[in-house]
Amino acid sequence: MSSQPAIVGNYLREGAGVGSWLLTTDHKRIAWLYLASLTAFFFLGGFFALMIRIELATPAGDLVSDAVYNRLFSLHGIIMVWFFLVPSIPATLGNFLLPLMIGARDLAFPRLNLASWYVFILGSLFTLASVVLGGVDTGWTFYTPLSSIYSDSYVSLAAFGVFVVGFSSIMTGVNFIVTVHKLRAPGLTWFRLPIFVWTLYATSLVMVLATPVLAASLILIVLERAFGLGVFDPRLGGDPLLFQHLFWFYSHPAVYIMILPGMGVVSEILPCFSRRPLFGYTSVALASMAIAVFGFLVWGHHMFVSGQSTYAGVVFSFLSFCVAIPSAIKVFNWSLTLRKGEITFEAPMLYALFFLALFTFGGLSGLFLAALAVDVHVHDTYFVVAHFHYIMVGGMVMAYMGGLHFWWPKMTGRLYPETLGRIAAVTTFIGFNLTFLPQFVLGFNGMPRRYHTYPPEFQFWHILSSAGAVVLAAGYLMPLYYLGRSLFRGAKAPGNPWDATGLEWQTGSPPPPHNFAVTPVVTRPAYDYPMKGLEHERFSPHRGTAG
Amino acid sequence: MTGSVESVAFDTRHREQAADTFGMWVFIGSEAMLFGSIMLVFLIAHISYGPAFAAASKHLSLTLGTVNTAVLITSSFAMALAHLLSTARRWRDAALALTATALLGIVFLAIKGSEYAMEFHEGIAPVLGAPFTFDGPDPVHAQLFFSLYFAMTALHGLHLIGGIAVVGWLLAFWRRTGPASRGRRVQAVGLYWHFVDVVWVFLFPVLYLIDR
Repeated sequence: MSSQPAIVGNYLREGAGVGSWLLTTDHKRIAWLYLASLTAFFFLGGFFALMIRIELATPAGDLVSDAVYNRLFSLHGIIMVWFFLVPSIPATLGNFLLPLMIGARDLAFPRLNLASWYVFILGSLFTLASVVLGGVDTGWTFYTPLSSIYSDSYVSLAAFGVFVVGFSSIMTGVNFIVTVHKLRAPGLTWFRLPIFVWTLYATSLVMVLATPVLAASLILIVLERAFGLGVFDPRLGGDPLLFQHLFWFYSHPAVYIMILPGMGVVSEILPCFSRRPLFGYTSVALASMAIAVFGFLVWGHHMFVSGQSTYAGVVFSFLSFCVAIPSAIKVFNWSLTLRKGEITFEAPMLYALFFLALFTFGGLSGLFLAALAVDVHVHDTYFVVAHFHYIMVGGMVMAYMGGLHFWWPKMTGRLYPETLGRIAAVTTFIGFNLTFLPQFVLGFNGMPRRYHTYPPEFQFWHILSSAGAVVLAAGYLMPLYYLGRSLFRGAKAPGNPWDATGLEWQTGSPPPPHNFAVTPVVTRPAYDYPMKGLEHERFSPHRGTAG
Repeated sequence: MTGSVESVAFDTRHREQAADTFGMWVFIGSEAMLFGSIMLVFLIAHISYGPAFAAASKHLSLTLGTVNTAVLITSSFAMALAHLLSTARRWRDAALALTATALLGIVFLAIKGSEYAMEFHEGIAPVLGAPFTFDGPDPVHAQLFFSLYFAMTALHGLHLIGGIAVVGWLLAFWRRTGPASRGRRVQAVGLYWHFVDVVWVFLFPVLYLIDR
């Protein structure tokens, strides 16, 4: 190791001024462009959510009118799904880490990578324009015929923005797929890849194959509103239900676009802070691919009460239960990774453990929804809202925050304040559960989603939920403060502050412009942690055949 | 050596070329899902409303459709020629073949445009609130046929416009592009062009040749 050439340079100091950032093709800087824009959208979407929760603190609609309320939840959904969750981990951490993790100098198409950010910004301008002009009130799902015929809000503008942002996803997806295939370092075989790379690969496949179907359905809506083509209008021979099929053919796989990279992040953090190799590496890797494939076959479970054939419903229900299998495989493997580990509770580890708990909870509540009969009872209630927030916020955002803390020293060359980090993680966990646990009760008792008034008997649970939202907001604002501050005041980070395996830790913090002094050669499996105290387990499942 | 690679990520030109081609195939997979989803919608509607679709299909101009198919396939031939010529490093001829490709693309669009105009005058174009007159069975679902026909062919037309623009861009910077990059770009653009052509090869029988 000592004979290696010194790591010189620092991508943050390579060129100064706004131009060196806005015209960069360095994947690490593009990750920062995304991080800055996504953070803005996260807090904008969060602001809408907070308004919703404040309105729902009382049964009467006294803060905003019903029309404004409809716009609040629509914009909350649209912004959080397409302008935060879908690009979140891939475009920020993925962009930064994918080349580093596979020992490459950059993504395969650096200019395409920059273009994807500009396309993202262009699309977001359309959607933001619709916000400024008066919003959109169809919900994030754009269901016809409300969106195509009845809504008088700025549907076309918002939908066109989402359509454009889809191209940004496809560009990132193509770039990642080609990069993983063509730019792995010598010796880095597929089954030596970190799980984060596997999940980015699975995510990219879904992005590339599902996003165009969303594009098709949004084009047809815009064509109907702007040109009078009636594909979804029964008076013109069309079929409004068709939209739901097309929409969910994208939007259910999109759920896996959102959660898979989070699973990848957790698969990096858990082994590092328990000093154990990831248990059942191969099955975790293949489970990611299985989730990506199954994800395409379950869209009909959103339509159990939409007048879809019962027989189709039975098949979709069965397939939805099947998705639980690879997800459970992952949860068991993560749990077994902790077994006899030397666990320490740094902030990233706290986030990862909270992910494990909340994802499991959210996943199990999903099984209720996959069951045909139960779904009829809780369809379109707060039970559904609680379920997908457990996956999306409790799972995905938790993992995102964990990843951000974990790789913060690598990205910035600075350490974040550990105590504040732990306090923020615990605050988020408490705030999250306080917000969404009551919503399961509300939904089961029949509180429908998307209503801005409700009978007084629901108020107790709504107040709990609204109070939780305030705590949750505090949990998210704290990192904004201390991470931002650490950029300037944080202690200098060493190259490998966590003593982690993985190629990204073998270079400087922050890395030099072209990542590595020499292209690394890989000779060991991923997660080659020492396993102190378990050396006697000669046939340990921890050790793959590749070791 | 590095002068011949465009992206810092690659060590050799050969690997970059392989990555380019692979990337284009992945993108084509994505595009196939775009057209595939709308085509599936069309096929399901066709199965559901067979007689209406068959009657409506007879109102499309088989002659113009056939001519356009020939034009587009010829354009793909010109594109294939451009690829062969650039492999042989006959740059001037390759540029000519590319020009022919783009011109044939424009001819296709012109014929398609005149076809749209005819359909508009005939009153079978249900766009922009134009009156829809159709004297066959089940006019409501005949209208769905035309809605899908316009959506699918317009989407295809947009892709063709994109293709023509990219070929134009390739030609505009032809002199300033190094030989290695020329070959790579022709191959990538060519793949895309052939894909757009293949989409038409599917659209033509599905739309024009029902029950003929």
